[in-house]
Amino acid sequence: MKRFVYADNAATTPVSEQVLEALLPYYKSGYGNPSSVYSIAREAKTAIDDARKKVAAALNADPTEIYFTSCGSEADNWALKGTMRQLAKKGKRHLITTNIEHHAILHTCAALEKEGFEVTYLPVDHNGQITPQQVADAIREDTGLVSIMYANNEIGTILPIPEIGALCRERGVCFHTDAVQAVGNLAIDVKAQNIDMLSLSGHKLNAPKGIGALYIRKGIAIQNFLDGGGQERGRRAGTENVAGIVALGTAIEEVSLHLEERIAHESALRDHCILELLKIPRTRLNGDPVRRLPGNVNISFEGIEGESMLMLLDMNGICASSGSACTSGSLDPSHVLLAIGLPHEVAHGSLRLSWGVQNTMEDVDYVLEVLPPIIERLRSMSPLWEKIAASEKQ
Amino acid sequence: MVYSEKVLDHFSNPRNVGELSDANGIGEVGNPQCGDIMKMYLKIEDGVIRDVRFKTFGCGAAIATSSIATELVKGATVEEALKLTNQAVVEALDGLPPVKIHCSVLAEQAIKSAISDYYSRQGIDPVPIVGEIGDCDACHAH
Repeated sequence: MKRFVYADNAATTPVSEQVLEALLPYYKSGYGNPSSVYSIAREAKTAIDDARKKVAAALNADPTEIYFTSCGSEADNWALKGTMRQLAKKGKRHLITTNIEHHAILHTCAALEKEGFEVTYLPVDHNGQITPQQVADAIREDTGLVSIMYANNEIGTILPIPEIGALCRERGVCFHTDAVQAVGNLAIDVKAQNIDMLSLSGHKLNAPKGIGALYIRKGIAIQNFLDGGGQERGRRAGTENVAGIVALGTAIEEVSLHLEERIAHESALRDHCILELLKIPRTRLNGDPVRRLPGNVNISFEGIEGESMLMLLDMNGICASSGSACTSGSLDPSHVLLAIGLPHEVAHGSLRLSWGVQNTMEDVDYVLEVLPPIIERLRSMSPLWEKIAASEKQ
Repeated sequence: MVYSEKVLDHFSNPRNVGELSDANGIGEVGNPQCGDIMKMYLKIEDGVIRDVRFKTFGCGAAIATSSIATELVKGATVEEALKLTNQAVVEALDGLPPVKIHCSVLAEQAIKSAISDYYSRQGIDPVPIVGEIGDCDACHAH
């Protein structure tokens, strides 16, 4: 029987009932501008303060170190441009990142290169990992910032953030991490893990789109990214997205309270899904098999192309994503899949299923029932598969 | 990606899919790097395309353009099939998203490539009749 299965939680997540209930009053009676003096404004201000405490608590930060932004991309832009432009005054014009970052980081780096900054893109290994030693070797006299994602959005690899944090602290280099995929899925402690700046996004953890945050450790010198009014202690102007902020606070508190159960639940779905899908011939798991986001499944099926697979899944009510060129709107498949060494044609046949808290084992079983005939059907009409099958017979 | 009903129909119920054991013209275009390969099988008799099959590795649009191209050339004369343009393929599908236009070019080239093979098998130089078939880079330049 046809069901609807949403298995693209790394792209975005549904807003939870609890979050929706918490935010709605701020679209109804609680519409006051937090900068005003009357009661509904004060209530909005209090709600923001309260949400800020919840975000801080989830990261083990101080509330004064949390700045709300419009999204994860804004947080990334602000972290990189704001610190590098400031550090340039001290002659530090070099930053280090990886070649599997989200475009919010990679394209920001490209913009900084146009301003004359130098960027080192550390190459990852076949699992999408880098070593702290690679970072240590890349640090120079003029290195101002290291920005390395906490976990990769496509292949789910979790990078060695605490080790890199310790290294950067020791070497006196500012350390930023894009934790958009990690917050809500992994235990994060900015103090213990020596993180100086961290980007997060609400819609990846059951809050709505349009709200993010940047954690900036006290003492980090950073220029403003958005100038204007005195919101966010004069660091990020713009009338606050009160409902979004409340939603983020509620959502992050919710995930923090149930983090262990959430990880256990999503890992069980992931492991069952991977185990079964790898039984299909000529498939491979992309990303680190062990240090991996709880809900992430990324598998390449040789001989077929991702978009046609997604369309057939969609016709069966399943939402998933792929690293194929045809889904990216460009001619090249995902930069992440190419970075881990996949040949183009294998990258084109990748499928990402990202399981979330609302998914069930029945959802996974439904995918496991629907997907194999789709693979078989597409392979039966693929001249590439014909060649693969012929070479196997020899 | 927003596809027309026609594209979705040809994608989910592709016409003339498979191989043709008695084909006398077989063409293959595209490459795995680009993410699409089309293979066309033609059975040509008395200058008429009596039967046609295709196999495609590629996205939804690649499968749909292959499918509609087989419908457009089946029963046509070789001369008529050679006049098939990618624009005609796009129109027959009620349009394609701009990033997918190259799939229609590939369909046109796949037909031409199979006809070239047919002429070669007859001992006839196909180039003066069919012309040069662009490579994958050319198709992506569209």
